[in-house]
Amino acid sequence: MADNGEEDHEHRIKEGDHVVLKRGGIFKAVQIQPKKKLIFEKQWFFLDKAVGHLYGTAFEIASGGELQPQAAKNTENPPDTKEAGTDNRNIVDDGKSQKLTQDDIETLKEQGLKGQEIVQQLIENSSTFRDKTGYAQDKYIKKKKKKYENTVEILKPSCRILAMMYHGREPGKICHLRYDTLAQVLTLANIHAGSKVLVFETCAGLVLGSVMERMGGYGSVINMYAGVGPVRMGVESFGFPAHFHETLTDFPICNVNALLKGNLDTAAKDATAGMLCNFIILSFLVRWFQAQEKKMKLEEKRKKLAAAAALLEDRDADGLVIASRFHPCPVVLGLLKFLSPSRPFVVYSQYKEPLIECFTKLKEQGGTVNLRLTDTWTRHYQVLPNRTHPVLQMSGGGGYLLSGTTIATHTSKPAAPQQTDEPAPKRPKLENTEG
Amino acid sequence: MSFVKYSDFIQEGDVVIIHLNHNSTIPVKVQKGAQTQTRYGVIRHSTDLIGQRFGSKVTCSKGGWVHVLHPTPELWTVSLPHRTQILYTTDIATITMMLELKPGSVVCESGTGSGSLSHAILRTIAPTGHLHTVEFHQQRAEKAKEEFREHRVDHLVTVRNQDVCKDGFGVRGVADAVFLDIPSPWEAVGHAKAAMKKQGGRICSFSPCIEQVQRTCDALSDHGFDELSTLEILLRVHEVRTVSMPLPDFGPDFLNPSEPDAVKEESAPVHAAVTIKTTTPPREIPGHTGYLTFATKPRG
Repeated sequence: MADNGEEDHEHRIKEGDHVVLKRGGIFKAVQIQPKKKLIFEKQWFFLDKAVGHLYGTAFEIASGGELQPQAAKNTENPPDTKEAGTDNRNIVDDGKSQKLTQDDIETLKEQGLKGQEIVQQLIENSSTFRDKTGYAQDKYIKKKKKKYENTVEILKPSCRILAMMYHGREPGKICHLRYDTLAQVLTLANIHAGSKVLVFETCAGLVLGSVMERMGGYGSVINMYAGVGPVRMGVESFGFPAHFHETLTDFPICNVNALLKGNLDTAAKDATAGMLCNFIILSFLVRWFQAQEKKMKLEEKRKKLAAAAALLEDRDADGLVIASRFHPCPVVLGLLKFLSPSRPFVVYSQYKEPLIECFTKLKEQGGTVNLRLTDTWTRHYQVLPNRTHPVLQMSGGGGYLLSGTTIATHTSKPAAPQQTDEPAPKRPKLENTEG
Repeated sequence: MSFVKYSDFIQEGDVVIIHLNHNSTIPVKVQKGAQTQTRYGVIRHSTDLIGQRFGSKVTCSKGGWVHVLHPTPELWTVSLPHRTQILYTTDIATITMMLELKPGSVVCESGTGSGSLSHAILRTIAPTGHLHTVEFHQQRAEKAKEEFREHRVDHLVTVRNQDVCKDGFGVRGVADAVFLDIPSPWEAVGHAKAAMKKQGGRICSFSPCIEQVQRTCDALSDHGFDELSTLEILLRVHEVRTVSMPLPDFGPDFLNPSEPDAVKEESAPVHAAVTIKTTTPPREIPGHTGYLTFATKPRG
């Protein structure tokens, strides 16, 4: 129960941390850098003063862009004592009820009035405010507060927060994967510490990062990628400790077939040989250094490829997660081969039809059970006394999932000896019955 | 085998999931010499299970076959013996993410019920987290303890047989997250707050009735919780079907006489039907499980 310094340290904002800014329902992922000017929700400020405070602290943006921790929140002004009407039969919306003009409000802002004070001014200068019902007054205050408050909360990144952020800000970057769909993916694929998980995603690294968060730095994650290199900026936003990155290996899918056939050549091809044909001595030296650097990089790349191949070639992965803009059918058919039997896989697609195809092909080919094509329907509620109802706007869709479990593709050989305490060797590998 | 770690071969004492066809599953505790009856025949543990690889096909005595799977919390949820109404994977997945559970999390839960959510939590918080689960029904608490032991996760969980509304969770200031699935969650909010870490944490309350949700939200606000959010989530299953739809016959087509005389004869056979691959929803689906209310306990 003792709150020692160590525990606290984890909860305090430090320079260099990846954090998420929040106001209302809007999020933005940034990194704490000294003297760096940031823009968020049309306001400019610096995060320097946030360092040392606890995560979850709300700050006010003072003039000059400096953050000040917000004073203890005062609960809503008691509206019971205020004057209120009973209904809106006599309230005419002529757009003239607010006496303050846009310029007046700007002036107030310049004078340094806090958001709460501006709202107070608006209330006092509204001719219809006292005729509104108590509920309408609450709604009005809430609306104005949202518009004029200048507070920002600083949060520790998590899958939940980042998933909501990406879905709200840049859904196109994550193939319109809604946060609750992502939640389903992580659970259906049984992502947990100590397993070996394959991920193929084009969701800016959000899915990859979420998988890594649920693995807690234990086990291994192999990020399969198409193209020149993996695009996974999202992983940085999670702010994982350094050792998490040691569990992550990238593997280009252009090598999948070679790996499956067993003839993946992880020796580096020296592509620099052709470069050294320059006559001028000086530039020869420069090129020589460049070639050395390139050689080192290639060697590093070769090592990484070999490491990833080693993880994959036993075909004993524990889980597969696919979430990309690529047609899922060939992806899942190709990558399923890397899984052990009795392991879950989940395929996300923004569209249903490609998954229907996957379902059909997987059923034909065999090797899987429990195939299910699903999506989730999510609805938020406003819960207030006498005003509880679902929120008016609702997400139209969050994508679709195809999930299932692998099974042995032919009668398996039992573990060699009957002694059950001796672990059986990792092989026999299950051969694919198809050529 | 354990519910928090995969293994490849079945050993005596393991709990395995037998997958019968058409998505029905039964849990089986593997014992030398034991037998399990299924509609496809008998499964003899010693020959059919022990030493076999998880994922293998098992041929039963009557000739039919099944598959034996490694247990996961998701398979357990659809196979476990119900002592109470349980939470299903759709809600469980949402709860797991919204409570920000991960390896190392310390979680308090009440009521334990049939342990459906408990197993999912344990899987997510292993190997370094801990679950404090409270169940006021003595037999259910005992049964849960027994299952956690058989599933080799007992080192990660403490079951307390008490009333959370009166006596709380039995711990203070340690929880990253609290989950309530009880008839009167508003009575436990204070205890939940006490169980949570000083630096803050997440809370979730699951209630079937909107009145319960309202009272709980009031209690959460009164106790200083922030970021209240209530939602519901439903699973829609799409059953893949191949459907044949006949085409109408409007009679011979006089509008486009390409070969005036040929038209008279029996024209080339018109396709009588079109085959499409599509999905249909099940006839009836669960339309409501409960409302999920989340909130954040702020620091300090």
